[in-house]
Amino acid sequence: MERVTAITTAVRAPLSPGRRYAAAITFIALGLVDIMLLGFFSHRGDAIFALSLPGAGTQLPSLHAPAALTCYVAGGISIALGLLRAFVEVSRRTKRLTIAIVLLCFLIAVLCWSGSATTTPLNVVSLLQGSIEASIPLILGALSGLLCERSGVINIAIEGQFLAGAFASAIVASAFGGLWLGLVAGSLAGGFIGLLLAVFAITFLVDQIILGVVLDVLALGLTNYLFDRLMAQNPNYNTGISFSSIKIPVLGDIPIIGPVFFNGPIFLYITYGMIIVIQVALFHSRWGLRVRAVGEHPAAADTVGIKVLWIRYRNVLLGGLVAGIGGAYLTIGSVGSFNPDISSGLGFIALAAMIFGRWTPMGSVAAALLFGFSEQLAYVMSTLNVPLPPTILNMAPYVATIIAVAGLVGKVRAPAADGKPYVKA
Amino acid sequence: MSEQMPAAEPGPADSAPADSAPAHSAPAGGVSADTVTATTPDGAPKTPGGGRRRFSAGLIIEAITQGSSTVITILAIFLALVVGGLLIVFSNPTVLNDWNHFFSDPGVALTQTWQAISFAYTQMFEGAILNPATVSAAFHGGSIAAIFYPLSETCAKGTPLILTGLSVALAFRAGLFNIGAAAQWIGGAVVAVWLGFGVSLPPVIHVIVCVIGAFVGGAVIGWFVGLLKAKTGAHEVIVTIMLNYVMYSLLSYLLSTPTALQEPGQSNQIAPFIDANANLPHVGGPPPQAGVGFLIAVGAAAGVAWLLSRSTVGFQFRTVGASPSAAKNAGISVERVWIWAMLIAGGLAGLAASTVVQGTNTQLTFNSYGTYGTDGITVALLGRARPFGVVLAGLLFGALQVGGSYVEAATLGQVPADIFQVLEGLIVLFVAAPPLVRMVFRLRSAKGGMEAVAKGWNG
Repeated sequence: MERVTAITTAVRAPLSPGRRYAAAITFIALGLVDIMLLGFFSHRGDAIFALSLPGAGTQLPSLHAPAALTCYVAGGISIALGLLRAFVEVSRRTKRLTIAIVLLCFLIAVLCWSGSATTTPLNVVSLLQGSIEASIPLILGALSGLLCERSGVINIAIEGQFLAGAFASAIVASAFGGLWLGLVAGSLAGGFIGLLLAVFAITFLVDQIILGVVLDVLALGLTNYLFDRLMAQNPNYNTGISFSSIKIPVLGDIPIIGPVFFNGPIFLYITYGMIIVIQVALFHSRWGLRVRAVGEHPAAADTVGIKVLWIRYRNVLLGGLVAGIGGAYLTIGSVGSFNPDISSGLGFIALAAMIFGRWTPMGSVAAALLFGFSEQLAYVMSTLNVPLPPTILNMAPYVATIIAVAGLVGKVRAPAADGKPYVKA
Repeated sequence: MSEQMPAAEPGPADSAPADSAPAHSAPAGGVSADTVTATTPDGAPKTPGGGRRRFSAGLIIEAITQGSSTVITILAIFLALVVGGLLIVFSNPTVLNDWNHFFSDPGVALTQTWQAISFAYTQMFEGAILNPATVSAAFHGGSIAAIFYPLSETCAKGTPLILTGLSVALAFRAGLFNIGAAAQWIGGAVVAVWLGFGVSLPPVIHVIVCVIGAFVGGAVIGWFVGLLKAKTGAHEVIVTIMLNYVMYSLLSYLLSTPTALQEPGQSNQIAPFIDANANLPHVGGPPPQAGVGFLIAVGAAAGVAWLLSRSTVGFQFRTVGASPSAAKNAGISVERVWIWAMLIAGGLAGLAASTVVQGTNTQLTFNSYGTYGTDGITVALLGRARPFGVVLAGLLFGALQVGGSYVEAATLGQVPADIFQVLEGLIVLFVAAPPLVRMVFRLRSAKGGMEAVAKGWNG
């Protein structure tokens, strides 16, 4: 046992120099980008930001910002914070705050730079609205992953659950004309993949990484096959109906916040509910304590009478149901009709968001939002007169995630028993 | 070292209630730590005094002598074929119609079902392995080479799968999960194609330069992943997934920029044909038959087998794969292992690209990377992250793909090739679940389950 303690202390040794200065270097690099690239290459003049959607009830005046100057200021702040991080040891809370400020500065610089390229105002509200909508499936997928993994079952099958949910909801909603029925069907289809994951991982002790990849391949193959057999030949099974937006009465009229947070498809509100329920349940309920215990040390949980396998079964199933809703969003929540491989890797990005968010609901949500926002920003920028080809702009969300993971988040730790089947001795 | 390690670790979770140390998670399940280093794939407890088996030819002998594991694999493939048969029946309206009249005329339904399934599988066999018609034709003055045509095509299709499979497998052995074979494939393809048409060199040298270029192109992408993990702790799963998309965009950009890789005068995303000198030589016949690329794949498998089982570096890889903390304690630089393992893994995926862009006589397009990345994962998993197993798994998947499109053509699209993708997934699933196969075929449980090739996120 001494040996074990020795090993763990070795692993918990002080941060390596690379890790120690990673944040500082990233801050300064971003600051330099703000100044040298975005500031110098901004067109002289103002960047105009519209703060209301066209046709909204109350119109806010547009915001004018001197592009180059704003970039210089943003860059200066970032470099200053980078130097601070390099030479001063600060508390954890301050660290997070500095990260947020630097990212915000970078963002403002990018917006000014792209906004200055054109005279048409850049609509901040529609940008944010799009970001939220792009994040919905990612949040649901990441929550699904974390439900499974907190109980100790790795879920790489999120992609497969998305596909199954998207297909089932589209076909059921089209065939029976009921969107709610489609939503339920999508959730159940995701739950079915979850059930397969549970049976094979928990009962048959299949390696969970193999299993997840296999379920993705199976779901892709099966939905392609069924699309070919059913939908391609009979358009009545893929009519493309989808939920319309629901506006929350009073809250939806608040400028900026209203259209962004309180005017969206039903999935938006389901996602809010899921985030709150899972966050509270996981960290403030007996259920959550048990789930975390099973995920960290199943043997210990077993000795105090927690039914390890039952908890895992239940969580993996729940995860499948949640990811199924995320899949349903891809069809009946947005575009309506199903296409082969409609999720196109979103499940893997949700997986990355969960890891990036350190297996916590709030972290996953933040990661998903970062991704959704940079994706939407790239899209908006490609419609502006920005001197970058759209193919390069498309890289933005992925590059942003790599920078965030490498420069700001660093090493993450999964639940200790994640991926390890539990066999009662 | 590999014999001593399990002894140094505490036993399975139940015997170590005090082991709540989170960072030291490897032994908690008691599954991964000792089975990954184990040189015997049966999961049986190793006898420290029993000596290690000799390797080179031992790999093959081992595969044959592992009766139960081989039997399970064959039964698993059989089971997958049965499920695939159900899908074939569901795609056949005539047979489905016969089943509607099952109670009035059960004979017809059963014969039709049998005919539909056996027709599809016979066609698949003829398309991918051996067509009896060519054999009888050879006896009547036809070409003998034609007999080997399906097999050659299977090898050709399997070539990139073997190489991406090796890429993923090597990373697995070092405890890394490489989802980014697609990005590394693109890295290799871009360099190989650019050297292929952008540079003119004498015949033999040009091919070699391109192949090395492809290796380097893939290796750089892999190295970057390893570097980030080593220096900043960024999780390789996130970085490889994100790099895939970055490389898709980069490829799209390069292929739509005439000054980069786009063929002049094209509006589509397509690269020029590479120089004739840069094409890999044919062995049997022109593509789609197998060429030198297949030899590269087999050679790479032998190289990886040597690296993993014979070299110091490979030993370090496996040690880190088994338990990074133990490796660190033993004085191995875990960071260096991560960087080198990802570098070589990336290079192997780059080689896969080389065998495609230089070996199939086609132009690089945006869709060229296809599903090599995910196929690499399934191939590596089916081959249990062992080089020899990866070759077999790659050939099996190559056969399924060749046979699949052959069946689709032979049945005029009635049996879509998608079925064979499902079949691939089912095979891996059943092979990975020996308890299920034992249950279905009512076999007595003999030895432990399949060893863990992949490990949890904590490495």
